[in-house]
Amino acid sequence: MTTTHADYRLSQLDQLEAESIHIFREVASEFEKPVLMFSGGKDSIVMLRLAEKAFYPAKIPFPIMQIDNGLDFPEVMETRDNWVNRLGVKLVVASIDDAIARGIVVDDGKTSRNRLQTPTLLNAIEENGFTAAFGGGRRDEEKARAKERVYSHRDEFGQWDPKNQRPELWSLYNGRLHAGEHMRIFPISNWTELDVWDYIRREDIEIPSIYFAHQRRVFERDGMLMSETPLNPLRSGETVEERTVRFRTCGDMTLTGCVESSAATLDDIIEEISVARLTERGATRGDDRFSEAAMEDRKKEGYF
Amino acid sequence: MATTTGPAEGQMDLLRFATAGSVDDGKSTLIGRLLYDSKSIFADQLDAVEKTSEARGDDYVDLSLLTDGLRSEREQGITIDVAYRYFATPNRKFIIADTPGHVQYTRNMVTGASTADLGLVLVDARQGLTEQSRRHAVLLSLLRVPHLVLAVNKMDLVDYSQEVYEKIHAEFTQFATKLNIPDLEVIPISALVGDNVVNRSENMTWYSGPTLMHHLEHVHVASDRDLVDVRFPVQYVVRPKSDEHHDYRGYGGQVAGGVLKPGDEVVVLPSGMTSVIEGIDLFDEEVAEAFPPMSVTVRLADDVDVSRGDMIARVKNAPTPSQDIDAMVCWMTTTPLKPRQKLAIKHTTRTARALVKDIQYRLDVNTLHRDQDTKELGVNEIGRVQLRTTVPLLCDPYSQNRTTGSFILIDEATGVTVGAGMINSGS
Ligand SMILES: Nc1nc2c(ncn2[C@@H]2O[C@H](COP(=O)(O)OP(=O)(O)O)[C@@H](O)[C@H]2O)c(=O)[nH]1
Repeated sequence: MTTTHADYRLSQLDQLEAESIHIFREVASEFEKPVLMFSGGKDSIVMLRLAEKAFYPAKIPFPIMQIDNGLDFPEVMETRDNWVNRLGVKLVVASIDDAIARGIVVDDGKTSRNRLQTPTLLNAIEENGFTAAFGGGRRDEEKARAKERVYSHRDEFGQWDPKNQRPELWSLYNGRLHAGEHMRIFPISNWTELDVWDYIRREDIEIPSIYFAHQRRVFERDGMLMSETPLNPLRSGETVEERTVRFRTCGDMTLTGCVESSAATLDDIIEEISVARLTERGATRGDDRFSEAAMEDRKKEGYF
Repeated sequence: MATTTGPAEGQMDLLRFATAGSVDDGKSTLIGRLLYDSKSIFADQLDAVEKTSEARGDDYVDLSLLTDGLRSEREQGITIDVAYRYFATPNRKFIIADTPGHVQYTRNMVTGASTADLGLVLVDARQGLTEQSRRHAVLLSLLRVPHLVLAVNKMDLVDYSQEVYEKIHAEFTQFATKLNIPDLEVIPISALVGDNVVNRSENMTWYSGPTLMHHLEHVHVASDRDLVDVRFPVQYVVRPKSDEHHDYRGYGGQVAGGVLKPGDEVVVLPSGMTSVIEGIDLFDEEVAEAFPPMSVTVRLADDVDVSRGDMIARVKNAPTPSQDIDAMVCWMTTTPLKPRQKLAIKHTTRTARALVKDIQYRLDVNTLHRDQDTKELGVNEIGRVQLRTTVPLLCDPYSQNRTTGSFILIDEATGVTVGAGMINSGS
């Protein structure tokens, strides 16, 4: 048994964990068919850990779903499989290529694959009849997220209406839905990037190896360092060289940049984050850099 | 994000606070400064703000842009919804619920205050207390936010005058005697220049109290929670049904009050069955005790029937199951609340239906006057309401426990949250 808390204080990580567990249990109780959206990144791994704790020693009572864009890092897939096997949880994969083949999503050749995730995801939610989808969004990530509720209502078209959100008070969440609607649930809304890393260190849990410094063949594009891969042909003037890098987010291989870093352990990463000058999105997500309101637009459409 | 990684794991705690101020009192500037001075702003965020500021032709970098969220609000130039911000110093993590001040957004302020340990009200030193600032204090007191800070801002525009500060201080202290404000601090600041925000002001040597940041970092909040009256709303029944944990049956929930320990004799409500706590699990560990706001799984020694919506309490200290609820309700939608109306009610982990028996009075949040002539509540209005529920609620007065004393009202047709309630008493 752990020791008695003499002063009945809970650390900030314990408080955040308790809040998130509460949210997982509410959703599992009140929604018919929840699903956890797993991107492979550190935030969704923290979600998995919290879900594991919320229901232990029972298994997580809902499946996890991944949108396969065909451009995921192999290291991310490996970590995903390890988690799925250890937890014995059901995995649903919704593939963009499959959605294109079935005519659900139109690839006009101009739209980034990242944007094709949105219709693929919405279709998968509908086809599977999911009524609640957990996402790893954090309010500190971006200004548009700062006002989003923990229970974020989506209409029949999967859209978010930021002007018309339900008030959310105390820890009393309102999960009412009409037919065809669903709820996005953000159990780690109140976590910051640093909290996530502190928690991963404390829990000592597996995350994809690309988060840690490693040697990689990279080239520079639009001020970002991109991984060499046949999926992302070089443009004229771009040259490949080997550098010591790590990734701060795990997304589409053709859009997710890495940063030069020698941070090889969680301690190093936390040290690096603590003095970081660029937010994780600004630094390495090509698709978020176009405009300040980019995120808000994509969220309205039903993006993660 | 602080520049150091902070104290050893387990030492850093959390403070949630809500901010309120009238338009132009400097709330956004102050929050921007707290984020900026605690180095929680990243270069690219600052870049974006500098660019916007420059494009608009501002003379200075408008720190308030850091906290303006959605585009339509940005265009209107006002903050109209609750926005959450995060920053940390080496000792504490802070969650700010940034709420708009105007009367038509009372519901947003109530929302932000519902989870706050501390309320921060801004006034413009040149204007002194206004009707708005009084209302902000009334709402924070109604929501039982235990700590209040009145920040007297723009001291630079009144020559850092002690007299101005003292006058506002005295006036507010006088007003506060009518409210429930257990802890009050009045701090003279300049959000724009930075006096007494993080750094002690050299322009106000007459002030000997704490800076705002120092106060936020040190105000003691752990003891605000009720550690005496055991309240454990059962949220989820954990039954693995696996070979390994064949007989395991645990009750998942978040402790709402008191300290639970293995061996404690407890009662399960509403059935009234008694049992003994066999063990308390937090994931794969057994803990010696559980207290608010821990999320744990409680195992009982006897095979009693327990399900979601039930509550575990102590045999000699349990709430009375109540179907007649007397509460202060903040109404949040444009169609008014009227007697005879039926709504869904969510209280802890229990959902029921409620009938509005009576609206006793409407509270004028500016003057505290009780208007007994109007028998309805409009949007953003607060009143005393009598409800009859279809099943008993296991509730306490809100003044005693903010978790077991609160509820939300839901419109059954639209599914929207339309009211927030704070229980006076149940019977
Ligand atoms: N001189 C002075 N101006 C301030 C101070 N704080 C805010 N302001 C200015 O007051 C105006 C309104 O501030 P803002 O933060 O947008 O107010 P909000 O509407 O309460 O968020 C802006 O022009 C600020 O620069 C202060 O301490 N001193």
